[in-house]
Amino acid sequence: MNHVADRFEKHSPVPEGSSANVPTTDELRITTPPKVCGMGHRMKRKEDPRFIRGRGNYVDDVKLPGMLHMDIVRSPYAHAKILKIDASEALKIPGVLAVITGEDLKKAGNLHWMPTLMSDTQMVLPIDKVVYQAQEVCAIIATDRYIAADAIEKVVVDYEPLPVVVDPFEALKDNVIVRDDKELKTNHIWHWEAGDKEATDQVFKDAATVIEEKMHIPRIHVSSIETCGMVANYDTAMQHMQIYMTSQAPHAHRTVFALVSGLPEHKIQIISPDIGGGFGGKVPVYPGYVICAVASLVTGKPVKWVEDRSENLQADSFARDYHITCRLAADKDGKITGMQVKTLADHGAADAAANPSKFPAGLFSIATGSYDMKAAHIEVDAAYTNKPPGGVAYRCSFRVTEAVHMIERMTDVLAHQLGEDPAAFRMKNFIKPEQFPYKSPTGWDYDSGNYHAALQKAMDVIGYHDLRKEQAEKRARGELMGIGISSFTEVVGAGPSRDYDILGIKMFDSAEIRIHPTGKAIARFGTKSQGQGHETTYAQILAEELGLPAQDIQVEEGDTDTAPYGLGTYASRSTPTAGAAAAMAARKIRAKAKKIAAYLLEVNEDDLEWKVDRFEVKGAPDQHKTIQDIAFAAYTNHPPGMEAGLEATDYYDPPNLTFPFGSYICVVDIDKGTGEVKVRRFVAVDDCGNIINPMVVEGQIHGGLTMGLAPALFEEIVYDENGQNLSGTFSDYLLPTAMETPKWETDRTITPSPHHPIGAKGVGESPTVGAPPAIANAVVDALWHLGVRHIDIPITPQKVWKLLRAKGVND
Amino acid sequence: MIPATFDYHAPSTLDEALQLLARHGDAAKLLAGGHSLIPAMRFRLAQPEILIDLNKLDGLRYVREEGNVLAIGAMTPEAWLEESAVVQQRYPLLADAVSVIADPLVRNRGTVGGNLAHADPANDQPAVMLAYGATIVAQGPGGRRNIAIDDFFVNLFESSLQPGEIMLDIRVPAPGASSGGAYVKMERKVGDYATSAVAVQLTMNGPTISAARVALTNVNPVPMRSPGAEAALVGKAATEEAFEAAGKAAAAECDPSSDLRGSADYKRDVTRVLAKRAIRRAVARAQGRS
Ligand SMILES: Cc1cc2nc3c(=O)[nH]c(=O)nc-3n(C[C@H](O)[C@H](O)[C@H](O)COP(=O)(O)OP(=O)(O)OC[C@H]3O[C@@H](n4cnc5c(N)ncnc54)[C@H](O)[C@@H]3O)c2cc1C
Repeated sequence: MNHVADRFEKHSPVPEGSSANVPTTDELRITTPPKVCGMGHRMKRKEDPRFIRGRGNYVDDVKLPGMLHMDIVRSPYAHAKILKIDASEALKIPGVLAVITGEDLKKAGNLHWMPTLMSDTQMVLPIDKVVYQAQEVCAIIATDRYIAADAIEKVVVDYEPLPVVVDPFEALKDNVIVRDDKELKTNHIWHWEAGDKEATDQVFKDAATVIEEKMHIPRIHVSSIETCGMVANYDTAMQHMQIYMTSQAPHAHRTVFALVSGLPEHKIQIISPDIGGGFGGKVPVYPGYVICAVASLVTGKPVKWVEDRSENLQADSFARDYHITCRLAADKDGKITGMQVKTLADHGAADAAANPSKFPAGLFSIATGSYDMKAAHIEVDAAYTNKPPGGVAYRCSFRVTEAVHMIERMTDVLAHQLGEDPAAFRMKNFIKPEQFPYKSPTGWDYDSGNYHAALQKAMDVIGYHDLRKEQAEKRARGELMGIGISSFTEVVGAGPSRDYDILGIKMFDSAEIRIHPTGKAIARFGTKSQGQGHETTYAQILAEELGLPAQDIQVEEGDTDTAPYGLGTYASRSTPTAGAAAAMAARKIRAKAKKIAAYLLEVNEDDLEWKVDRFEVKGAPDQHKTIQDIAFAAYTNHPPGMEAGLEATDYYDPPNLTFPFGSYICVVDIDKGTGEVKVRRFVAVDDCGNIINPMVVEGQIHGGLTMGLAPALFEEIVYDENGQNLSGTFSDYLLPTAMETPKWETDRTITPSPHHPIGAKGVGESPTVGAPPAIANAVVDALWHLGVRHIDIPITPQKVWKLLRAKGVND
Repeated sequence: MIPATFDYHAPSTLDEALQLLARHGDAAKLLAGGHSLIPAMRFRLAQPEILIDLNKLDGLRYVREEGNVLAIGAMTPEAWLEESAVVQQRYPLLADAVSVIADPLVRNRGTVGGNLAHADPANDQPAVMLAYGATIVAQGPGGRRNIAIDDFFVNLFESSLQPGEIMLDIRVPAPGASSGGAYVKMERKVGDYATSAVAVQLTMNGPTISAARVALTNVNPVPMRSPGAEAALVGKAATEEAFEAAGKAAAAECDPSSDLRGSADYKRDVTRVLAKRAIRRAVARAQGRS
């Protein structure tokens, strides 16, 4: 057992034992009174008073004396040579101070290129050519935001348009080379494989049934309400760079900035203030950030850059874009035996995805999902195209959304083809509870799960069998109704240091707790909330562990000068990593507190036992010291030979990932005239292990389900053959509103993680990952009898209409 | 998404507004609810040098029956129609439409006059007013005049309002006995312009449709009526066959463009489907069945 597991064994409040025995319950585990508000309490979010009063402090709220403003000239072409940039007219406008071009960045120390998180390179500002529409071409610095906007209109850029390649299959023919800066003149970026090819081939040879489908997981956009932005404030006297930045990973960004710019890391402070949604879009470093920082370095003045909506929707924060061919094999009993996957990943003009470095296709190989099968083999090839870089982990633990969509769609197709009920078929093929910890054919170690319980609960809640009866009656009348299931397995909490790093930095995370003499505390973390409610949930974890009321604990994140180093918040990793660090740091404090209590009570440490918020003498509960008594003593009356104070830090390196799961069931009705799909009901049963705050979990699930509905039915970034983004405003990139959103019916099972100190698993992304296939499956279920096997998301009315008319259905 | 520089005037009388418009000519634009104009300015598709804001002209905000017409002041926000008892009870076509124009935020500011004056075939009011056979009242340097709605829409974003003219009033003839109307819109999401929408206003004589006006939204470069659909209905019994024929005629007569809302073929077929639904509902209302 490694170090972490040792600590876990000593301190865990979770029932011990092998993970195979982790029992599933419906009941919340609450061990603290409401006054303490530890885990399981529906505590109102501590951050909300400032948000609902408009008192949040976002990057665009930062106003520094003498602050200048930056705006960016962007390319109208997806691929073009730059012949000339003439900013002379712009520079004549009063208030315009400077133009920054690629040449300027080159002179400033080759800053016209930057590394991506995937060890590729990306232009900051171009010198020779642009490779996507809306690419940054040059920047204007002005005294006023409005002057800057006027000035960019006056910059004249001469382009010579080049042939454009937007389709990744076309790109692989290498007729148009997107990245001719590279030695190898090819658009093929990399090839990646997982699983056992030979074993899988054999399984397919032996199969009774083999199915194959092609599917496209489209390019989508995170569309956080706050766009990306920065205020860079370089102090020439102190040679200190202070940066306010929309960053989900401020510490990692500080290190990257130091490495790229050559500024010493202790002279860079990154502050990630309140963030209006990140969803993975604020993990990569975009050109605008670098230009803004350079602008401040050059002018010695604070410079603000905030993208407008169209810039955000056209230039950055793109995700997915996987072209998948998947085959499933089954034996004569309808047992899934194997999976074969070939995928082409469209990365746009750079591989600027945000995956752990050793995982170019993220955690896509989780693709066997909730099903026990013998073998799987998964291949991914990546291609450059003339599109903005894509591949951010949009509310997704690195390509697990793509994987889940694939396996859940395939499972449904196979069930239908075999004439089996999709629910019964899943029950038959699930990994069984007694198989955990389960080793998947692609090498994952699932920590715990009980897929049967979650699906059964979802079926009970929605009334599955009655719905099937209703469907049959409706079908007899010519009405189209469908029921779709998704029984997904997530893989979150990256990750153990042996495998997980970003540019070499291990993906641990951290917590630092200081308890003040009066028993109040401040706790700082290496993560960064963007709406997840960390200020509340971390406080509840500490309340659980230390008995300090959650209200008495101030949680801070995002300032690299004060918070301990961490890799940030994305991929549902905060609870599995920093949340675990919180518990571990608290246990260190409790260990010291025990010594102090023993000293104060004049007993042996072994005579003490922990009760909620105090150490009691065993068998004499009136002889006790509360955590507040102990905190005071830590500064006023601590044992001789012991350091004063009550503080601890923990850098938590998780022993494994966590594997949240759930079963979603969706009912749709289809309009035969227009092809419109209406989601009538949607039941979501989630299992994220032990629950810290059920209200926060439900909030995450409601939001995430809506973000799963979005790509299923509405959202897609569409390019024409010239690489023009046709969906670059919210009038064509269709974010669902409350009106499109069904009433989400949420429920839960609880199967704790056996290795996480508090048995929690992370939940922020489960619904985004699990919802799309439930909806797609429901639509196909409604149309299967007409001969429809698959529809790519987003399932627009036109797609359904086309199928209906082709199958002779009319209104 | 920051507009180019402009000057701003907010006259408090109609005369003042007319004078400002006369003085500045083409350089000026009238500002009503701003929900078409300001987005265009933010994308710098429109760069007026001067904005003349009509929002202080409270006298242009009303909805009331005057004898046999419903008079709507040009500056009346769509939301007022949604809340108007008269509209809800006696003008079901208009009531249907105002609940599906954009979203509540837009309807709180967007005006009926602006919606028509913008002459955008994607807007809903043009088809509604075409189906009602409304009259537009405008005032300009040459005085006040009435414009029949059939003569109002000239081209994409071009109405027959003359330079210097301000729309004052929209006059909707009150539906007679045994008449009914309906508006059926398909949109990709709330707040979207129509993929297609159909406005129908008709009158029944026993089982027979004696008069009908059918107009279409966002399936033609200019807001349009469908004479073929009307001909398929007038003088015919209100049967599914007649509705289908009318729907087919509407689909044939419109000229939609292909875009992210769908291909031209798709929009035509949806127009057929929506036309049938609108006619069905209008007939039911005329017969007092809903
Ligand atoms: C997100 C969004 C969604 C929308 N969806 C829809 C929809 O689904 N259906 C729909 O119908 N509309 C929709 N609209 C448009 C909306 O209804 C506008 O409000 C309307 O088109 C214009 O009215 P306005 O009062 O805002 O006019 P403005 O934008 O102020 O003006 C529009 C034009 O009309 C001129 N004008 C205004 N008033 C007068 C007048 N009295 N005399 C002469 N000229 C005048 C202006 O000079 C300008 O050229 C949408 C708008 C938005 C922002």
